[in-house]
Amino acid sequence: MSVLVYTENWDGKFKKVSFELASYAAKLAAEMGVSVSAISLGPVEDSELAKLADYGVGRVLSASCKDYNSLDNQAIATAVAAAAKHVNASVVILAQSNLGKAIAPRLSVKLKAGLVSGVQGLPVSLSPFTVKKMVFTGKAFANTTIHTAIKVITLAPNSFGVIENKVQEAIEKFDAGLTEADFTTKIESTNKVTGKVLLNDADIVVSAGRGMKASENWGPIEELATLLGAGLACSRPVSDEGWRSHGEHVGQTGKIISPNLYFAFGISGAIQHLGGVSSSKCIVAINKDKDAPIFEAADYGIVGDVFKVLPQLIEAVKESKS
Amino acid sequence: MKILVLIGNVPDTTTKVKFNADKTAFDTNGVQWIINPWDELALTRALELKEAAGSTIESIFVANVGRSETEGTLRKALAVGADEAIRVDTDPKDAFYVASQLAQVAKGFDLIFAGIEASDYNGAAVGGMLAELLGIQSVSAVSGIQIESGNLKISREIDGGSQTLAMNLPLLAIVQKGIAKEPRIPAMRGIMMARSKKLTVVAPMEVETLTSIVTFESPAPKAACKMVAEDQARELIRLLHEEAKVL
Repeated sequence: MSVLVYTENWDGKFKKVSFELASYAAKLAAEMGVSVSAISLGPVEDSELAKLADYGVGRVLSASCKDYNSLDNQAIATAVAAAAKHVNASVVILAQSNLGKAIAPRLSVKLKAGLVSGVQGLPVSLSPFTVKKMVFTGKAFANTTIHTAIKVITLAPNSFGVIENKVQEAIEKFDAGLTEADFTTKIESTNKVTGKVLLNDADIVVSAGRGMKASENWGPIEELATLLGAGLACSRPVSDEGWRSHGEHVGQTGKIISPNLYFAFGISGAIQHLGGVSSSKCIVAINKDKDAPIFEAADYGIVGDVFKVLPQLIEAVKESKS
Repeated sequence: MKILVLIGNVPDTTTKVKFNADKTAFDTNGVQWIINPWDELALTRALELKEAAGSTIESIFVANVGRSETEGTLRKALAVGADEAIRVDTDPKDAFYVASQLAQVAKGFDLIFAGIEASDYNGAAVGGMLAELLGIQSVSAVSGIQIESGNLKISREIDGGSQTLAMNLPLLAIVQKGIAKEPRIPAMRGIMMARSKKLTVVAPMEVETLTSIVTFESPAPKAACKMVAEDQARELIRLLHEEAKVL
C-alpha cells in the first residue's frame, strides 16, 4: 500500500501546486502509515525531481518522454494508472487543475477507484475514507465517503499549503509502456503568456468588475497585481463585454479559485460571483456602494471610488515593500 | 456526423442552498431547475456547428440521467434546437453511476460534449469517465471548437495560456466558458416544436456506486467585514500584513 501523487510540470518545472500536492501526500501517507511516491511525466531534470524530496516525497518515478507534453488525456491516464499499479497505490492524488480534472475521472475508471474532486485538506476520516469537498459552487461542503479499495482525489488548490519536510531523494526511471501511436493529441500552436502568475496557482488574486467602467482602465489593476505577484481575475460582465479574456472570469460559470487573498475592485458580488471566490482565505472589497453584497462576504472593505483607492493602494504596497 | 450533448439538471444559479434537518440531503423545495450552464453553452456551440454552411452534422442528441421531473430541462434543450433526447430513468447517484448509465446510450456518436463541471456537485467527472468507459479520446478545458472541411480544430485552455489542437473523431470534448458566447433562449416556435420531438426513456443498468455523500455542511458564518476609510489605503495594507497575515 502507498500514496501516489501526480506532480504536474510545465516546461520541465514543477508547478507550485505540485509542491502543495507533495506536502499533502507526504502527510496523508504518514497518517495512513504507508509509503509515498510521485509520478512525473515529460522531460524534467533530476535536480528538479529532487525538489519533491524537500516536501516529503523522496521516491519519484520519472517517465521523461517528451510526448507527454501534449497533455494527451488517454496517454497520461494510462501512465498514471501504470505507476499506481507499480507502487501498489491505495490513494492517488492529483491537482484540481485543468489537467488534473481531465485525468482523474479516466484514472478512476481504469483503477475501479472512487473519485472525489476538489477535496479540502486532509480526510475527515481514514476508515471509512471520507473527505470534505466543496459543492453547490461554494455554497456548501459535502463529506463524501469513497467505498473502493483504491481512492482517487483531486486537491483544491491552497486548501493544504506547502510544507517543507526534507527526506532522502530516490529517483527512478519509469516506462509506462506507451508508444508514439498512443499519443493522438496533436498540438498545432501554443499561445502561452509568459511571466504571468497562473490564476489557479496564485496566492493573491487581484480581480475587478464593471465598476472599472472600461477595458482601458485596467492599468492600475495590472500594476497592483504585478507589485503583489498576484494573478488577475474579473467578474462575468467584464468577460462577457470582452474587456478581459474568459480565462480571467471567476464565478459560478467561470473559474473557481481559493487564493489566500482576493481583492475585488468594483465588483458588486452577485451570488454567482461569490460562489467562485468564497473559499478564499481573506477577501478585500472596494466598492462605491456601501450596500453591495460583496461586503457581506468580505473580511475587509473600503466604501469608495476605485479610481481614488487604487493609486493609494499601489503607493502603500510600494512603501511596505521598501 | 452525430453529436451528443450531455445535459445536467441543476438548481438555478441563484438558489439559496438548504438541506434537510439531519443535513444528509439537499432540500429541493421551491428549487427552479435549469440546464447546467456549461452544458447549455456546449449545446449552443453544437447547434452553431450544425447550422454552419457546409455542415455534415446530421443530428444533435441530448441525454441526461434523471427521473421524469427532469424532462422539463431536456424539453428546453429540444426547444433551443436539439433534434432528439434520451433520458435514463434513474436518480443520478454518483459520477461513476451516471457515466455508466450514459455509456449505454452514448455509443455511435462521433462527437460528445460534456460541461467541465456541474454547478451542483462540482464533480468535474462524468465527461472524463464516459470517455474512458467508451474507450475514446478526450480533451478538457475546451474553449473553442471548429470543424473545417471535416477536420476538427479544438482550442483548449492550459494554465496561463491556450493551445490549438488537431483531433480525430470520435472525441469527447469537455467544454468550459468561451465555447459559445451566449446560451440560446427558446422561442415560442421552438417550444411548440419540442413537444413533438422524440424523447426516449431508457431503463437504467445495474451499476454500483463508488462514493456517497454522508453529510452536508454550510460554510461557517463570516465575521462582519472590517471597514477602512477611503483615504486609509496604508491602514488596509497594515491590517492585511499584521492582522490577517496574508501579505
